[in-house]
Amino acid sequence: MKSLEELKAIRESMQAQMGLRGEDSNQTRIVVGMATCGIASGARPVLTTLANTVLEKGLSNIMVTQTGCIGLCQYEPIVEVIEPGKDKVTYVKMTPEKALEVIDQHIIRGQIVKKYTISEEIE
Amino acid sequence: MYRSHVLVCGGTGCTSSGATKIIESLNKEINKAGLMDEVSVVQTGCHGLCALGPIIVVYPEATFYSMVKEEDIPEIVNEHLLKGRIVTRLVYDETITEEGISSINETDFYKKQHRIALRNCGVINPESIDEYIATNGYEALGRVLTEYTPDQVIQTILDSGLRGRGGGGFPTGLKWKLAKGNDADQKYVCCNADEGDPGAFMDRSVLEGDPHVVLEAMAIAGYAIGASMGYIYVRAEYPIAVERLNIAIKQAREYGLLGNNIFGTDFNFDIELRLGAGAFVCGEETALMTSIEGNRGEPRPRPPFPAQKGLFQKPTLLNNVETYANIPLIILNGVEWFRSMGTEKSKGTKVFALGGKINNTGLVEVPMGTTLREVIEEIGGGIPGGKKFKAAQTGGPSGGCIPAEHYDVPIDYDNLLSIGSMMGSGGLIVMDETNCMVDIAKFFLEFTVDESCGKCTPCRVGTKRLHEMLDEITKGNGTIEDIDKLEDLCYYIKENALCGLGQCAPNPVISTLRYFKDEYVAHVEDKKCPAGVCKALLSYNIDADACKGCTLCARICPTGAITGKVKEAHVIDQSKCIKCGACMEKCRFGAISIH
Repeated sequence: MKSLEELKAIRESMQAQMGLRGEDSNQTRIVVGMATCGIASGARPVLTTLANTVLEKGLSNIMVTQTGCIGLCQYEPIVEVIEPGKDKVTYVKMTPEKALEVIDQHIIRGQIVKKYTISEEIE
Repeated sequence: MYRSHVLVCGGTGCTSSGATKIIESLNKEINKAGLMDEVSVVQTGCHGLCALGPIIVVYPEATFYSMVKEEDIPEIVNEHLLKGRIVTRLVYDETITEEGISSINETDFYKKQHRIALRNCGVINPESIDEYIATNGYEALGRVLTEYTPDQVIQTILDSGLRGRGGGGFPTGLKWKLAKGNDADQKYVCCNADEGDPGAFMDRSVLEGDPHVVLEAMAIAGYAIGASMGYIYVRAEYPIAVERLNIAIKQAREYGLLGNNIFGTDFNFDIELRLGAGAFVCGEETALMTSIEGNRGEPRPRPPFPAQKGLFQKPTLLNNVETYANIPLIILNGVEWFRSMGTEKSKGTKVFALGGKINNTGLVEVPMGTTLREVIEEIGGGIPGGKKFKAAQTGGPSGGCIPAEHYDVPIDYDNLLSIGSMMGSGGLIVMDETNCMVDIAKFFLEFTVDESCGKCTPCRVGTKRLHEMLDEITKGNGTIEDIDKLEDLCYYIKENALCGLGQCAPNPVISTLRYFKDEYVAHVEDKKCPAGVCKALLSYNIDADACKGCTLCARICPTGAITGKVKEAHVIDQSKCIKCGACMEKCRFGAISIH
C-alpha cells in the first residue's frame, strides 16, 4: 500500500458489493416476483440482470430484492420499483432486456418506462 | 456479482451451536438450487445475541433468522433464496410486528445499543481485508501517516477522553504520551488479548469479528510512540481468534499495510502473535510481558512502569483489544464525535458480556452512563422465570457486585468504583434471589486461589486462607468473629500483594460483605442459607399432610434416603440425604420443601 488513493480504489470497488448489507429507509427498492409462476415465466434472469447492472453501474442506495407471488400470475415476470415518497411502479412481462431499459430510464434518469407498466398492459 | 449475501455468524457461541455445519449445508443447497453465482455465503463475527445462535442474516432483505438448525437450511434456500418467501417461523420473533417484519435494529436488544468497537462484528467477513477496507478500514492509518505528526495523534487520543477498556480506566492518550516520552533505540506496542475473567468474551468477539481493526490501531500507536514492532498476546483457548488474526496479519503484510514503508512513508511496523497458555495472571501487564519474553508468567514490581522499561527492558505501550478497537474511528470521526457519547469523565461506549440469570445472554455495547436497569431489563430481556434481581457482578474475580439499590446508577468508571465495584473488562454476571452471595464470593476466591502465580505471600497464602474461611462459613462452621477476621485479611491482602491480581482478589468478598452482610450473618448465626444454595445448611423435608404416599420420591432418590409405605407419608433420613433436590423436583403434590 503506497498511497491513500490506492486504498480508496480498493474501498470503492468493494463498497458496491457491501452496499447490499446496508439498511436505509431512504433507498429505492426493486422487487422481483419470484414465486413458482414468476420463475416459470423467466423471473430469474430478470433478477440477476437487475442485480448485476446495479452493481456494475455502481448505483448506490438501490436494493434489488425478491418477493413471492403477487397474484397476477399471467403478467409475470413482475418487477416493482418502490421509491421513497413516490407511488409504486409495477412493470409486467419483464425480460432481461426490458429490465436494462428500466434501469437506464427509470432508476438513473427518473423517467418511468410507461410502455412496460401494468396500466398500459391492462388497457 | 452476487444479488444476495447470506451472513452466518461464526463467533465462538454460534460455532459451538453448529454454525460450521450450517455453512456446509448452505453451500450444498445453494449449489443444488443453482444459485452459486447469485448468492454469497459469508462467515462473520459475533452478532451479540449468543443465546439465539446459530444466527443467519439474509441481505438485502436483512432478514434475521435465529436458532437455525441444519435441517432448516433446505427450506431457507428453497423458499427464501429461490422464491423470495421469508421463512417466518425461523425469523427472530422480536422482529415480527403487526406491519410485517421489522429491522433487527428496532428490537429491544439492538435499539439501545451503540456499536462502535463492535461496529463490524456480524457485518463483515473477518477473513477478508477488502471488506474491512470497504468499511473505511486502514483509512485512519493512512491519514495519520500522511497528515499527522506523532504528537498530533497523541493529542487527538488525549482530547478524546478515551480510557483503558481493560478495566483500570487509565487515560489512553496519557499512556501513549508516557511511552513516547522515553527515548530508546527500540520500543514496542503490545495488545493485551489475554481475556481471563470467567464469563467475559468481549475481546474474543472483536478479534473474531474484526481482527484488522486491532492491527490498524496498533500500527497507529506504533507511529505515535515511535515503535516498529508489535505483539498481540492472545489466549491459546481462543482458536478462532488466533486463526483469524493470523489470516489478517498475512493479508495486511501482502497489502503492505504491515511491513516497511507503509503508505509510501518511512514508517515500518510489523506484528506478531504470542499465545498465552491460559494463566489468569498473564493478563496483568508486567506478567504478560514476562511471558512474551519467554519466561514463566509472573508479575514484577512497578516502577519501572512498562512505558519506561517494559518488554525486553524497552519502553512499551500496552493496551487492551477493545481500547484499540476505538482508535481508528476516533481519528476518522473526530474527537467531538467521540466525546458526544458517555458521561463527563467516561467517554464513548463500553462492551459488556451478559451472562448468568438473564434472557439474552450475549454481547452488548452501550454508551457510558447507561444504567444497569436499562442493560438488564431492556437490552438483556430481564431475568428468566420472573425472578427478582438481586445483584450484578462486574469485573470478574477482581471486581465486585452491584446490588439492587444501585440498579439505576449510570455505569461509568468512577460511579462503579464509588459503589465498591469496578468496570473491569466488561463481564456482567446477573444474579437473582436464588444466588447465595457467600457462595458467589467463594466461587471467585476459588478461581483466584487456582490462578495465583505464587510469587508473593499475601496472594498465595492469603487467598487460600480467605477461601478456607468462606468454605467453613458455607458449611455452617463459621462464627461471627470469623466475619471480622475475613474482612481484616481482605484489607491486608489488598495493601500487600505484588500485582493487580492479588490486590483485587479480595474485592468479591469486600463488596458482598458491604451489601449482603446479613447473608453472612445468617450463615454463621442461624446456620441458614437464605438463598437455599449452600447444601450443608439445607434440609429437605416432606410435609406429612401433603404427601400422598405415591412412592415416586423414594424411587427417584439416588441414596435411598427416603422411606415409606404406599399411600402413607414418606420421611427423609437426613444422614443419608445428599441434598440433590431430585425428590422435590419430581413431587407432584408440592409436599417436599427446603428449610
